[in-house]
Formats: sequence, structure tokens, C-alpha cells
Amino acid sequence: MKMSRHTNWPALLLVTLGTIFILFPLYMTVTIALKNPEQMAHSAFAFPTELHWENFSRAVEMTNFFSAFQNSVMVTTSTVVLTLLTNSMVAYAISRNMQRRFFKGLYFYFVSAMFIPFPIIMLPIVKLASGLHMTNLFGLIMLHTVYGLAFNVFVYVGYIRSIPVALEEAATVDGATTWGTFWRIIFPLMAPISATVGILTCLSTYNDFLLPLIIISDPEQYTLPLVQYVFQGQFNTDFNLAFASYLMALLPMIIVYFIAQKWIINGVTQGSVK
Amino acid sequence: MNKRLTAFYWMTMPAVLLFFIFLTLPALQGFYYSLTNWNGFGHQYHFVGFKNYVNLFQDDNVGNAYWFTFKFAIVVTIAINVLSLLIALGLNAKIRFRNFFRGIYFLPNILSVLIVGYIFNYLFSNVFTIWGQNLGITFLSTNILGSEQLAWVGVVIVAAWQGIAFNTILYLAGLQTIPTSLYEASDLDGAGKWREFWSITFPLIAPFFTINMVLAMKNSLMVFDQIVALTNGGPGRATQSISHLIYTGGFRGGEFAYQSANSVIYFIVIAMISILQLRFLQRREMDN
Repeated sequence: MKMSRHTNWPALLLVTLGTIFILFPLYMTVTIALKNPEQMAHSAFAFPTELHWENFSRAVEMTNFFSAFQNSVMVTTSTVVLTLLTNSMVAYAISRNMQRRFFKGLYFYFVSAMFIPFPIIMLPIVKLASGLHMTNLFGLIMLHTVYGLAFNVFVYVGYIRSIPVALEEAATVDGATTWGTFWRIIFPLMAPISATVGILTCLSTYNDFLLPLIIISDPEQYTLPLVQYVFQGQFNTDFNLAFASYLMALLPMIIVYFIAQKWIINGVTQGSVK
Repeated sequence: MNKRLTAFYWMTMPAVLLFFIFLTLPALQGFYYSLTNWNGFGHQYHFVGFKNYVNLFQDDNVGNAYWFTFKFAIVVTIAINVLSLLIALGLNAKIRFRNFFRGIYFLPNILSVLIVGYIFNYLFSNVFTIWGQNLGITFLSTNILGSEQLAWVGVVIVAAWQGIAFNTILYLAGLQTIPTSLYEASDLDGAGKWREFWSITFPLIAPFFTINMVLAMKNSLMVFDQIVALTNGGPGRATQSISHLIYTGGFRGGEFAYQSANSVIYFIVIAMISILQLRFLQRREMDN
């Protein structure tokens, strides 16, 4: 192509302008987190002249950050592991038996839940969870795992159908059981789609606010978004402290994102287009 | 062979049980409660039939929440799709630092909606207002989140800022499926950029347009975190979304049964919209 070496300037301009819009709030977050109130009064936008790292240590104390961080990490990793182990298994059973009425019905039963908005079950689920003594981190993990099922089964089934059945038949001839075939042959083959499901589950679980809000009552078990919500009132007088706390809550996912950026973007695209 | 099938049944059992207990059962319970007058914490309640449903239709707060939610969802869906398609076209063009830009544009999608809301809340109240005053723009010089007429625009801006990320990446994926040979051919035929977009690009990414419209619409109809962080439904009830109303009324207002009825209506509305949207947009795809 004759134009191939030239940059498309209007496109570059548009994209750069948009980038400023995206980055501006994040720039403000970082700078406010590092200033003190006098500096803020002086200039809201400039980069801080002296860095007030103590905002972070004070925010850590006030929000009990490490406890919340631990809870968030615990809930997120457990949900991801449990999701990968269980959701892939159901999807496998369904996709290999689609000709049977039971499994086909099950598929539509699961997938139709994608249309159920969470607020519909929000009120009864709290009654149910408290009746079962599940208003804790364990309950949170179980509920996150169940609520991801609809979408995950949909994505997994689509993928498993592209894996040739011949592989499993060969394993059966060699004497492998269905369980053995699943764990030793199918599960490893699903690695790419499991990465996608894992990434999406990780993002949505870590950032979720509504489910912890209604399920968790013990402050010891607050997750990061919940801590920001609960302490919002106390921050009203000190924005620098609040922003230090926001930044600390956002940072783990930002770091994960910069390390695994390519996978995350590809994973999200694959998961949604399938 | 029978043993194989047994194993398959066992594989589905845990999921079926959990799904039934934590999703189907609560949904049915919710419907049952909607026919009672339970306040959510007492021990006594009575069966009242469809009284809650009748009352819902005469309740100004409910009507108000539906009006806000729909206005918000429609504007956000359009804004997100127009802007993200535009950005995706830009990111798909021949530009420098393409991967860097792609990385930046997706960033908002990985951030907590609640915290992003808090950050914007501060920007609206303490940063944009200073700009407005310095530049002498009256529109900006007061906090728009405090205005009954304009607060919803603030929520739209935040939802769009964050929502564009996801849709942009999907559009970009769509654009990359179009073979470049088609553009070369249309160049030879002398087609302009505008013509090229409507005759080649848009028809070929129509399936992505469908997905993006449905996803953006469904997400914005469920808006909750942004509301909590930005306005808490106010000023007055100007920005109270349906989920926010169900939450506050159901858990704090003693309207458990009443808001359960609201949830049932809300479910029917969302399911109908999703199905209509899918059918309408898919038919369009086939026409092209």
C-alpha cells in the first residue's frame, strides 16, 4: 500500500485527546494523594512540590488497609480457583452431552440467568445467606462463584465444542475414567479459555461492591471497596488522606494490569465475542 | 458406557445445587415476598395478593426512578457506542504508539466503579468548579452534582468515562476481522472515507455493534455503584436509579415486600428490553 509508512494524523490527534481525558482523573488522584491541604489550596493541578508520603501511612491506619487487602485477595483468589475448577467441569459435562435432553435443558437453565439482574435476588439472598450463616467471606466466595456461572458456562461450552472428541475416545480406550480424562486431558487443553475466565472473574470479584455491601456485616471482613465506602464519611475533612486510600485500593489491579496487559485485553475480547 | 454417563451427571450436581439454592430459590422467594406485606425483619406478615404491584404504579418515587434510569441508560448507551466506535477507528488507523494507546484506553475498565465515582465526585465539586470560576463559565462554576437538573449529566459522564473502555476493545476486535483487501478494492473504485465506513466497515462490524449495544444498555440499567459514590440518589431523588431504590427501600426503608414487587417488574422490563434489542439488531445485521 502506498500510504503505509505515513501516520494518520487526525486519528492520532483524536486518540491523544481521548487519552488526556482518560489520564486526567488518574493524574489528579496521584497528585492529590501526595499533597497536603496547604499545597492543595495553593494549586489544585500542579505536581506536588513536596511529597507527603505520610498520607499513605495514615490512610493505612485509618482504614485498616492490610486487613481489607488480605480479605480482598483471599476472596478474589478463592473465587477464581473455585470458578475454574467447578465451572469448567459442568461446562464439560454439558458440552459432551448436548444431545441429551437433561444436559441441553441445563445449559439453557444456566445461560438464561445472564438476563437476571442482581437487584432482583438481592433482598432474598441476604435472608438466605444469614439463615445459612454465610454472611462472611466464605459466603462471598460461594456467591461470586455461583453468579459467574451463567456467563462462564456459556464461554466454556463454546470452547470445549472445538476440542476434538477423538482425544477423549483414545483416552477411554486406554482405560481412563471420565474424571481422569477431564482432569488429565481436557482441563489442561482449556488453559487459554480458563485464562480468560480467570481474568474476568478476578476483575469483577476484586472490584465488586454491592455483594459485599449486603452480605458482610463484620468490619473485620470488609473488602477494599467496602472500606472506602464505610470510611467515606470520615474522609470528608481530609481529601488527601481519602485519595491516598483510593490509590492504594486501585493499585493492585493497576499493577496486575500492567504486567498482564496483553492477556487481559485478549482475554476480555475472546470472552465477550464468543 | 453407563459409568461414563454417571460421572457426567455427578460433574453437574454441585453447580446445579448451588445454582438452584442461590439463584433460582431467591428469585422464587422474591416473587413470594412480593405478594406479602413483610417489612424484612419482623416475624409476622400477611399475604396481600397483588396489592404491592398496584401501589407501585401509583408511586411517584418508583416512576421517578424508572424515568431517571431509562433516561440515563439511553444517553449512556448512545454516548458510549458513538465514542468508542470513533476511538476504535482511531486506534485501528495507522498511528504511532498504537499498543500504548490501546493499553491506556482499557485502563478504566479494570478500576473499581465505586472508587472512580469518588474520584469524580471530588473533581466535580472541587476541581471543575475552580476551572469554571477562573474561565467565567457559569455552567461549570457550581457543582453539577448538586443541581437537580444537571446531576444526571454528571453520572452519565462518569459512566461513559469508564464504559467506553470495554466497548472500544470490542469494536477494535471487530475492526481487525475486516480484511484490508476490501479497502484496497474500494480505494480503486474511488470510494470516499465516509462511503467506505457506511458500505464496508459498519456492516461488517454489525455483530459487534449488537453486542456492545446490548451490554452497554444492560449495564447502565443496573447502575448502582456510581450513584452511591456520586450523588446517593440526590439531590432530592433526582438521580435515584431502580437498583438504588430497591436497595435503600428494601433494606433501610422497611419496604422489603414492596421493593420485591419492584424487583419483579424490573426483571420483566430488563428481560424484555434485552430480547427486543437482540431481535431488532440481529434482524438489521441480516438485512445488510
